[in-house]
Amino acid sequence: MTTPAAAARLAELVTRVTEHPNQLPTLFPAVARLVGRGPTDPADRDGLLTLRVEDDARVTLLAAAAGSGRLDTNQLAALLTELYEEGDGDERRAVLRALDRLDAVDPRVGRRLVEDALRSNDPRLIAAAMGRFAARHLGADAWRHGVLKCLFVGVPLAAVTDWADRVDSELVRMTADFTAEREAAGRTVPEDARRILAAPRPDPGPEPSEDPEHPQAREGER
Amino acid sequence: MRIFDPHIHMTSRTTDDYQAMYDAGVRAVTEPAFWLGQPRTSVGSFRDYFDGLVGWERFRAAQFGITHHCTVALNPKEANDPRLAGVLDLLPRYLAKDGVVAVGETGFDAMTEAEETVFVRHLGLAAEHGLPVLVHTPHRDKVEGTRRSLELVAGSGLPPGMVLIDHLNEVTVGQVAEAGCWMGFSIYPDTKMDEHRMVKVLSEYGLDRMIVNSAADWGRSDPLKTLKTGRAMLDAGFGEDDVDRVLWRNPVEFYAQSGRLLLDDAQAADPTATWEGNSVLRGQRPV
Repeated sequence: MTTPAAAARLAELVTRVTEHPNQLPTLFPAVARLVGRGPTDPADRDGLLTLRVEDDARVTLLAAAAGSGRLDTNQLAALLTELYEEGDGDERRAVLRALDRLDAVDPRVGRRLVEDALRSNDPRLIAAAMGRFAARHLGADAWRHGVLKCLFVGVPLAAVTDWADRVDSELVRMTADFTAEREAAGRTVPEDARRILAAPRPDPGPEPSEDPEHPQAREGER
Repeated sequence: MRIFDPHIHMTSRTTDDYQAMYDAGVRAVTEPAFWLGQPRTSVGSFRDYFDGLVGWERFRAAQFGITHHCTVALNPKEANDPRLAGVLDLLPRYLAKDGVVAVGETGFDAMTEAEETVFVRHLGLAAEHGLPVLVHTPHRDKVEGTRRSLELVAGSGLPPGMVLIDHLNEVTVGQVAEAGCWMGFSIYPDTKMDEHRMVKVLSEYGLDRMIVNSAADWGRSDPLKTLKTGRAMLDAGFGEDDVDRVLWRNPVEFYAQSGRLLLDDAQAADPTATWEGNSVLRGQRPV
């Protein structure tokens, strides 16, 4: 996938960005042209579960900028925001993936970008938004809606980092409603919805079948 | 028949159109930035429009197996509105992006001084970013508009092979052929060109540097006019390879000069495709 020449170009870019992190906005759009693009796993063409070649290269460059010692927290936040807001779909995806790897990012800044991505309808952005950063830093409401959005747009649950650790009774209720709505419409229910319904949760709460507001939840508990 | 529609405004079209285009053999498109049918009033509208061209529209097309590229510019009509001058400052960041394969549409609408100033700026931006240029020729006073466009292109120092002069017809094609620029023809249901007149032009001028598009937008237009032109070519005695050249290889060759084509993705999405060309589409350029 990546040729030695492409690897050498990436190494050059890493050197440049480490010395001059402020050059990253100029380099970022050109990364795929210089280093390559395409899936690292042919079965995951859109990079929902794995980083595509260009994602990996862009994340590497962001990590180099963050680790250069030349940006303070505010400057790093400003850089990430600029790259995201001025990026096309591919560039935005890489910024989201990088959040998972950069411990120095102000969580408030990262959350704003993740929440923006979750308002999109592009599965590639939504999948990238639900990684390790979201698992650690996204609020409960936003995280649950992110999971539900994955079910809606066909992002596999496997793209949601540590989902089983964050399942709670409210997510189960939402998923049960989603399942009932799908069944009422005669549409297929994704297997991932069943996984959420079957997952153990720390706050079992009332049995959904006892909730008169959500009688359809019984469907989901089958 | 594999088709690259090199000029179509997909933001104005439905998903049914995307499906019909795919079924007709369309595997790639270029969407030039243009106006909306009514004037915009702020730079921010352009920013959102350009973001859509490199974001949502690209994704929408990909869902139908079609690779979407775009060109960006301040179009000739809106070049006349001083409130929009700031759009020129937005362009460099889009011109650096993958899938942005030319500067355009630029050129003339009413042949004003403001249009000319912006046109010249665009030619300079193209040179600076190593990109081709897509030039819109005016609906009114077309011969003179084409002549002046070619004069400005010649004065810019850009190689004529980096410039596509679009919306040509029988009376304007000659001067563009002579200048060495690429010749674009928009095939419309009842204006501009139709597919049968197009075939006559191809018979007379040959297939070199010839580009056919539907230019379909929010007006009465037909996104399958590329296919219909291909069929008209076959009916008139042109071969399959001739059709492939006009409807695929020519636009690929023109836009590949940008080094920004994304066609390898389309190939991966279409396992029956037999064409090649990855290497030519991956131009490496300094940043």
